[in-house]
Parts: sequence; structure tokens; C-alpha cells
Amino acid sequence: MIRILSVLLVLAAGPLRAEVDIQEITSPGGITAWLVEEDSIPFTALELRFRGGTSLDEEGKRGAINLMTGLIEEGAGDLTAQEFQATRESLAASFEFDAYDDAVSIGARFLTENRDDAIALLKLALTEPRFDEDAIERVRAQVIAGLRAEDKDPDDIAQETFAFEAFGDHPYGTNESGTLESVATLTRDDLIAAHSNVLARDRVYVSAVGDITPEELGALIDDLLGDLPEAGAPMPEPVPVGIEGGVTVVPFDTPQSSIIFGHEGMERDDDDFFAAFILNTILGGTNFETRLMQEVRVNRGLTYGIYSYLVPKDHAALYLGSVATSNDRVAETIEVIRDEWRRMAEEGVTPDELQTAKTYLTGAYPLRFDGNGPIASILVGMQMQGLPIDYVNTRNDQVMAVTLQDINRVAGELLDPDALHFTVVGQPEEVETTN
Amino acid sequence: MLRLFAALLTTLPALAQAEDLVTAFTLDNGMEAVVIEDHRAPAVVHMVWYRSGSADEPPGSSGVAHFLEHLLFKQTENLGPGELSATVAANGGSDNAFTSYDYTAYFQRIAADRLELVMSMEADRMENLLLVEDDIATERDVILEERNQRTETSPGALFQEQLRAAQYLNHRYGLPVIGWRHEMEALDMDDAQTFYDTFYAPNNAVLIVAGDVDPAEVQRLAETYYGVIPANPDIPERFRPEEPPQRAERRVIFEDPRVAQPYLARTYLAPERDPGDQEAAAALTVLAELLGGSNFTSVLNDKLQFEEQIAVYTTAYYSGVSLDDSTFGMVVVPSEGVALDEAEAKLDEALAEFLEDGVNSEQLERIKMQLRAGQIYERDSVQSAARRYGAALTSGLTVEDVQAWPDILQAVTEDDVIAAASALFRPEASVTGWLRAPETDQEVIQ
Repeated sequence: MIRILSVLLVLAAGPLRAEVDIQEITSPGGITAWLVEEDSIPFTALELRFRGGTSLDEEGKRGAINLMTGLIEEGAGDLTAQEFQATRESLAASFEFDAYDDAVSIGARFLTENRDDAIALLKLALTEPRFDEDAIERVRAQVIAGLRAEDKDPDDIAQETFAFEAFGDHPYGTNESGTLESVATLTRDDLIAAHSNVLARDRVYVSAVGDITPEELGALIDDLLGDLPEAGAPMPEPVPVGIEGGVTVVPFDTPQSSIIFGHEGMERDDDDFFAAFILNTILGGTNFETRLMQEVRVNRGLTYGIYSYLVPKDHAALYLGSVATSNDRVAETIEVIRDEWRRMAEEGVTPDELQTAKTYLTGAYPLRFDGNGPIASILVGMQMQGLPIDYVNTRNDQVMAVTLQDINRVAGELLDPDALHFTVVGQPEEVETTN
Repeated sequence: MLRLFAALLTTLPALAQAEDLVTAFTLDNGMEAVVIEDHRAPAVVHMVWYRSGSADEPPGSSGVAHFLEHLLFKQTENLGPGELSATVAANGGSDNAFTSYDYTAYFQRIAADRLELVMSMEADRMENLLLVEDDIATERDVILEERNQRTETSPGALFQEQLRAAQYLNHRYGLPVIGWRHEMEALDMDDAQTFYDTFYAPNNAVLIVAGDVDPAEVQRLAETYYGVIPANPDIPERFRPEEPPQRAERRVIFEDPRVAQPYLARTYLAPERDPGDQEAAAALTVLAELLGGSNFTSVLNDKLQFEEQIAVYTTAYYSGVSLDDSTFGMVVVPSEGVALDEAEAKLDEALAEFLEDGVNSEQLERIKMQLRAGQIYERDSVQSAARRYGAALTSGLTVEDVQAWPDILQAVTEDDVIAAASALFRPEASVTGWLRAPETDQEVIQ
């Protein structure tokens, strides 16, 4: 029997209200999924996340999980890569497979009329990937081409350098696609091991939004996931953020420097997370009104865009930012960022800023729920973060509950201008590596 | 296994209902409007598209259309610097804008009950922009940094810029939307003000409102806010310098030490979608799908990646939404150890073979099936529907053309595709580009 727990999300944005009815179902086989039934368009968006991601790469096998993920759609069962894809195309289904540092993500979209065949095909990919030698070589060449491109892209170099300085040999510290050397030596057996380490039922999260009933979804996920192994590899250990305040310059011949800056961040389950989240919205979040955007772009014209973001990973938390500016303006840009960081740490936000940020965040939240695909992604993300199913109804209240005292205390605790590290890729003038 | 799925090329249920959700009207001052209803979430996308883009710029002022787009976020006679975006954000919304060759568009996404608020502000900046010298200087720095970020730091982007410049001999499509750097550096307040005065008027604009709205109410609001703005009787006709007959095959070799992965690009001058006359463009759209739409089963992928194994990636692309002649492009990223001239020869061989052998009917059927399904999937994003109408209506097409397009695509035959391909692949109308790193021994010679 399918067990269903249902939460009605009332999206209130002014007088208009929309209702998103989120149901938690447990399939006959014991797999949990979150579902929103929405039958106005005859298709379903299905999202799967397998926790662990590329951080489960075994020692010396960096890039195996990424390569394996790329090969899931390259032939399965009796179907070669091209036969598999021709079948998928004839069903007008789409499958996306991505490897991230904390999860392997699978997204599927399929028409109601082709649902059974689309799921049968996706199941084949998940449970009987062929890992044919010619497919391995083809995807390996693609991965290597990508790694070579990253080696000459200033943004990628900045990210990779910062990550290594922060995490060293922990998987978070190296490229999840591997290195030219490691990818070159991966074998078919390594891919098979990577597959069983990651794609297991003890770490899967499922959401679906669209034209499907709870009973249909329960049967679907049992069919799709029932044959996967029960358990995968153990999760990696937590890792401290090892980066210190200062500057690293990576010389690169380009007119504009790419800069990543940051220091330790805050865990998602910290009681102060909402205060930190609002703080970041004011300092460098996504809209145009942030202090960093105003000071660095609008008032000084130093950049096209500057953003900061809280990055709570499963095993470490960072507070990061990114900006790009002409080589001759890097020094000034760094100074303005550090000053803003210090001003916020010392003085906090104003009551007006807090009020404006709360109005923005609470008003923007319902707008995220705007389509089957986006809603399915939100729901699976909530499960990964361990949020309760009624979070959508309490989230705005939690934002509103943050006080000026809370946020200014957190500003002083979280923001440390002296701990800020800037990794600069380019030919910055009058900026040098410290230490 | 294959047989299990063999009987699936069925037709989908009729999709007529999608069109019923679209309402169009024109205000007395000539401003056109399209309303797209989607009542699943209490949100609205509000957009104003101007029929002016980089291809409408005066010679010597490349980038001014995009520069002006930035300046519209500064101040008006009624709104302080940045007040529009700040007001949108304070109401939980987001806003932005974009500029292309044929249009400049501004949009907000916000709770549906705030439509009137954003409409009043958008209407205000249609006629009351207030430019000041301080904003000009800092914002010019911003667009130069934007050019740095998008173009100067990317050899691929610089290469594409050179390809377009070689493709168009006379038309302004040959200039980058963001502008040539030396011309951007010289843009001033007069340039921006003149472009604004010339093109920003209701009779040169298209309103798109999509989301949880009532079309009659949208029309009432549009009349209230946009309807009162006088039309500009002097909006220039969009006569751009047209292409002369293209008589010589062009080659572009772009070298940059930052190139990690050399690749080959080929573009051809191609007809665009015209009102009431979209068949040729439809055939080219299908041709692009056949040649390079799938990374596994398309003609180029099959031949160059699977059969010959000389490429790691291939694609073909074409967009018919364009006021004047568009381009059809292909890219081949050769495998390690495969030279660009060999890749080019294999590309030409594959194209010749395709013309000779004709279209694989199963492949064509799969593509049509996906195009039909695409109409269902597209209904999940009202914002992309809004963009589709906005781009079409500022590129010379009508609402009827947009709605006829899916059926025109379905009607494309194998013969249509081959005829379109034969007309397209004229070497004299092509540019072939090689992107590569300089040979290392050249450094020794220096």
C-alpha cells in the first residue's frame, strides 16, 4: 500500500494564492518520494539525487564517478549508445545525468503517453549500463577535452586554485572530473565500481511533478530503482576549511582578472542559517541592490557583476564570492570588497535594509514554484538538505522571524575581513601573492 | 529491445488549446501587445520589447543600443537612480534586460498582483529617461568590463566575432551587439540620448504579459499606462544596409595562446523566417536538427564521431527569427591528433554524402515527434513563451506566424530539406573558421 502524507503549500503573494499540494509517498517497496500532481500538461518531471556524488571517488580514481555518469546514457542492455538515444528520441523523453561533488543528479522528462516506455529505458540505463570500450574512449576524450579547456579558462583556474587551497587532498579540493593523468588511466572495472558505489537505494532522493498519481509514482519508482543495490560506499569525512586570509595570484595572459574570494561559511542546519542567508542577500546576493553590486559596479564601474554566496556542502561550508575586473583595477576592487566585508562585520545592516531584504525574499519565494521542472528540482533539493515537507509553509515565517540583533550578531561572527582570501587569475597590477 | 519501442511513433493529441491562451491587441498609439495566460502560479512576466537593436545603430556607434539598455536602469524624471529595480526587488520581483541585433527588451518577473506597479514604471522610462554625465562615465566602464568578461577573456567569443564580421559584407549583423571596443570607449550621452529619442516610443514597442492574468485587465492597464504615451511619427523604417551578392568563399584563422581545444566552424548566409513565408526557414530548422541536433544520431555526429571517429563533438545550428538574412552554422571539434584541415575535409565529405543519400525517414520522424512533444514541454515555461513571441514580433513576424510555425515544421518533407540544403551550401556565401593556438615554434622565431 502506498502511504501518503500530504502538505498543502499555500503560496501567498498578495491577494492571489496558488496551491501546491506536496505529497510524501512511500512506495510498496519502501522508497520515499515527494510528489505534486499537476495534470494540466500531459508530462511528468522526475528528479533523482544520489548523495555522495564525485566525493565518493576512490583513491587514485579521481574522475571515475564523473566518467561513469557520462556513460550512463551511452548504451544499456542490448542497446548501443546510438540505439539507446534513437529510442529515447522516438519517445521524445529527455534524460539528464550530472555529477556534482555531493550528488549524482538524474532528471527525466517524459510524456504521459510514453511514460512506461520512457521509464523502462531509463531503468535500463541505471541498472544495465554497458560501458562499451568504444563508448568509454569517446566519453574519456570528451572529458579530457573539457579538462584542457578548463586549464585555460581564468574562471575555472580561479575556482580550482581556491578549492585546492581550501581543501587540499580532500575530494572537495580537486577537480571532480579528475586530472588528465587520472582520467587517462581509468578502466572499465573502475567505472563498474563507481557505479555500485554511487547508485544505491540507501542514498537516493526522489521527486516528481506532473501528470501522475501517487499509486502510479509508487509503482514507477519501485520498478525504476528496485533493482539497484541496497547500499553504496561510505560517505567521506568532514573537512576543515584550510584557507587563510591573503591573496594568491595565478599569472595568466588576459586583459581582465577573474577573482574568487571567500572564507569559511555556515552549515545549512545551523540555527543561524536564516540570519546568514538574509545577511548575504544584503551583502552580495542575487539582486541588483546588494552592497557589493552597488559599491563595486554601480558607484565605481569596476565590474559587470559581483556576487557572494553561502556554500553549505555536505562535509564543509564556505562563504564565497566572485568578480572580474580589468587588471589595472584589481587592487581597488579587492580593497572595496574588503572594506564592505569589514563595514558589514562591524556595523551590521540597517533596519531598512533588513526590512527590504525580508520583503524581497518572502515575495520572491513563491515565484520559484513556476513549472513542473523547477518544482521537482526544489522538492528533491529540500529532501537532500533534510528539510521537512512543510518547510515551504514555514520558510517565509522563518525569514520574518530574524531580528536585527540576530543578523548583526551573525554578521560579526561570520564575516571576517582578515580571513578573506582572494584568488586572482590574470595579470593584476600592484597585486601580489601574500605569504 | 529496439523492437519493444518500434511502434511508438504515434501522433500526439491535438494541441490547439495552447493557442487559446494567447490574446493579442494593439493600442491606439500603435503599441502591440500579446497576453499569454498561465494560471498555475500567481506570478507574471511583464516585458517591453523595442524594435531596435544593435543592427539599427548609426555607423561608428556600435554598442549604443546595449549601452542605452544599461542606462535605462539609472533614472527618469520621476524615478531616482536605480529606483525601478529597487522597487521591483522590494516587492519580491526580479528584473533585467537584454539586447540583440533586432531588439532590446526589458522585463520584470513578479507577483501577479504587482503588474500595475511594474507597468507604471516601465511606461515611465519609455518617455521620461533622464541621462546625467556621471552615470554615463561609470556605466561605460561597466559595459567595457562586460565586454572583457564576455569576449576579451574568451578566445571562442573573439573567434565568433571575427566569423560574423567575415560573414556579413555590408549588413550590421557583422558587428558585435556589445560593440567594438574602440567605439564603445567613445560612446557619450548624445549617442545614447539620440538612440533613445529615435526608437523608444509606443509605436515601436511590443508589450508581452505572461502568467496569471486576465487579458481584459491587462488591456485596461496597458491603455492606462502605455496608451497615454504619444506615438512618435518619425520612427525610421528599418532599412538596413543589405548584403550584396556574396561571391567569394571566406576563411578565418584565429590564433590565441589561450586556445586549449582547436575547432572548426562553418557558417553560411541563410534566409530567415518572413511573415507568411516561413517554409524555407522551416526546412533549414529541420536540416539543423538532422545534421547536428542530437549528439548521437545526427548525420554529422554519426559520421564524424561514431563512424570515422575523427571528432569529439559536432553540432549544427540555425535560428530563423531574424529581421534580415540569418546564418546557418556547424562546428566540428576534432579528436586529438586530427588536424583542422582533415576535419574540414571530413565535414565537406559528410555534407556531400548527405545531399547524395537524402534524408533518413526514421530520423526525420523522430525529429518531428520531438518537435511535437516540444510544444507540450514548452507550456511548462510561460517565460520562454513570452520570449518567443517578443523575439518574433520584433523580428518582422506576426502572432499568426508564431502560431503557424509548429504545423509548418511538421509539413517539411525530405525533398524540402534537400532542396533547402542544396540552396544553402554555396561556398561563395560561406565562412570557414579555424580556431587554434599558435604553433609553439613561432615563439622561438620571435
